[in-house]
Amino acid sequence: MWDYSETVKEHFYNPRNAGAIDGANATGDVGSLSCGDALRLTLKVNPDTEVIEDAGFQTFGCGSAIASSSALTEIIKGMTLEEALKVSNQDIADYLDGLPPEKMHCSVMGREALQAAVADYKGEEWKDDHEEGALICKCFAVDAVLIEETVRANGLTTVEEVAHYTKAGGGCASCHEGIEEILAKVLAEAGATFDPEAAPKPVVEATPAALVAGMTGVQRIKKIDEVIESLRPMLQADAGDVELVEVMEDKVYVNMKGACINCQLASVTLNGIQEKLVEELGEFIRVIPASQLAKGPAKKPAMVPLGELVQS
Amino acid sequence: MTAHMTMGTTMDGIYLDNNATTRVDDEVVTAMLPYFTEQFGNPSSMHQFGNRVGHALKTARGQIQELIGAAHDSEIIFTSCGTESDSTAILSALRAQPNRREIITTNVEHPAVLALCEHLEKDGYIVHYLKVDMKGRLDLREYQALLSDKVAIASIMWANNETGTLFPVKKMAEMAFDAGVMFHTDAVQAVGKVPIDLKRTAISMLSISGHKLHAPKGIGVLYLRRGVRFRPMLRGGHQERGRRAGTENSAFIVGLGKAAELALQHMEEEQTRVRDLRDRLEEGILSAVPHCFVTGDPDHRLPNTCNIAFEFIEGEAILMLMNKLGIAASSGSACTSGSLEPSHVMRAMDIPYTAAHGSIRFSLSRHNTEAEIDRVIEAIPPIVAQLRKLSPYWGADGPVENPEAAFAPAYS
Ligand SMILES: Cc1ncc(COP(=O)(O)O)c(C=O)c1O
Ligand code: FES
Repeated sequence: MWDYSETVKEHFYNPRNAGAIDGANATGDVGSLSCGDALRLTLKVNPDTEVIEDAGFQTFGCGSAIASSSALTEIIKGMTLEEALKVSNQDIADYLDGLPPEKMHCSVMGREALQAAVADYKGEEWKDDHEEGALICKCFAVDAVLIEETVRANGLTTVEEVAHYTKAGGGCASCHEGIEEILAKVLAEAGATFDPEAAPKPVVEATPAALVAGMTGVQRIKKIDEVIESLRPMLQADAGDVELVEVMEDKVYVNMKGACINCQLASVTLNGIQEKLVEELGEFIRVIPASQLAKGPAKKPAMVPLGELVQS
Repeated sequence: MTAHMTMGTTMDGIYLDNNATTRVDDEVVTAMLPYFTEQFGNPSSMHQFGNRVGHALKTARGQIQELIGAAHDSEIIFTSCGTESDSTAILSALRAQPNRREIITTNVEHPAVLALCEHLEKDGYIVHYLKVDMKGRLDLREYQALLSDKVAIASIMWANNETGTLFPVKKMAEMAFDAGVMFHTDAVQAVGKVPIDLKRTAISMLSISGHKLHAPKGIGVLYLRRGVRFRPMLRGGHQERGRRAGTENSAFIVGLGKAAELALQHMEEEQTRVRDLRDRLEEGILSAVPHCFVTGDPDHRLPNTCNIAFEFIEGEAILMLMNKLGIAASSGSACTSGSLEPSHVMRAMDIPYTAAHGSIRFSLSRHNTEAEIDRVIEAIPPIVAQLRKLSPYWGADGPVENPEAAFAPAYS
């Protein structure tokens, strides 16, 4: 069963703005019957101010398709067309407290219906360039079409490169067979062959020194600081940074700075820091944003932010 | 079907998803328990601890032999699940007959067979997928034409897990036998629900999964007819006469034996009371809900299964509303499995997308009651009506005229 947030369930059980609205002057129909999700969005736009005065939806689709349609109409009511067009898939997913990776396409559909409706209002033709493939990487919600296009456009030859360009494969690694198949296919088209030997070797954890030699509290904090310092150059290279704020038992609180603050992958970076600390200290450590320091017990982490990784 | 809206036990909900998995029978649990503690021995060991377990395994083998009418108890090989039995059967046929590089199967098999066959294609094997008609039936002439001395094995399921449709496997096994081709059947959904007497068939191999007949998950059987050439998938110790190495999962084997004994005792009930409940459910829903229909072949069907396609709405949404009322079933919609297409079984029968995504499988067991069925019959019509109100294909009180043209979204 999908792990839907309470907000998704609430919007599904009690959808807002269901049905076509009276006096609509813009309609957007999008979706795919084959994959079982289709949406009609109707808007009533004030011709003088271009403010969306009312919005309604009709959806043929699953729980999260209905919930994200409901969320979309709530978000855009009262916005001008220009503001509404800036609503991203991530905004819709965030409004619903996250969606499972397999379900991100439901929020893509909402955004596209909006674009189609605005085009309809302006009397323009809306052409969709959306092509969706089978979901390959669940960690980062990357589908086969995006991987294939990226491999082709950039002449990629290894799973590692695919992870650099698309993030696919950079998490739990269980999608590597699927990625290798795409690489083999694209390389074969170009008359080349995929070389499995080029794959990086799996990481083998060495016995951490800290496990062998017990440390005092001071030594331990120094060690933690040392590890974080050693990771800073890497983050700075991406215009980000990190700072150690507090250590409480197994919890290490850090401040993400610079480009890291708004980064879609902040939680992935935190995981990376955590892994490194666990490895170096030989004990279980949790890395937590310092923003949660005063707020009592750490919250359950949100679902992996996906945002622009999903092709729209 | 991969995603199921399941309940804890039948106590706090109505469980109509028994093709996904079943509740372990209390008697089965009782039979198993001693084999975790007092009876912990390794049956291969030369002492009383092992010996007693060895006897228990023999009893279990006999109980399963009786349920499926095998001629010898040595034809029963214990495995870890239905999937392992399917893989073992197909891979054995290929390894035992290296000059035969073709496989015949159907395009409505369980992924345990289909995904393996698709993978074997990448290794250069040729797989023939038999098509089905709109009622999910095979064309035996197509099958006959494909049987040849190039075919290593025909693997045809006994009963379809989504629709319950029964294939004429006894006849097909004879046709294969006459052509000198091995015949395997994935009978995971059939064993325990329909009478089976293997010694009077030409079936070479048959797969069973414990958790579909009130035994636990993680135990299965491959029936291997005496004399059928075999190559093990797992080699190692001499367990299962060297045909499936690995220390026996004794507690679970004992449980499966007990479950087989109970299934045989309840076979009559499955064919009568369970069938009647299923028919009551089906008639109740069909008469109360417009624009829905039964998928598969109602005349040749498991007694416990009914699959109904509700047009113009989507299955996951239906399941979520059912789940809210404590009713558990499953769906062939794409969304329940996170894939891009509705179930391959619905597609194979050419069910239109607007109905395939709304297909719901109700699968009963002997634990269901008439009161439960009546509650479901009452619950379904308002759920369907509620979702149709949201559907772009549905007008004031019926589908919009010419639905597929009235709503034709971009990139469909
Ligand atoms: C027809 C069929 N074959 C095979 C399987 C797989 O069995 P198991 O889950 O024991 O591997 C199932 C059940 O999911 C099934 O319904
Ligand atoms: S599924 Fe792709 S890295 Fe986890």
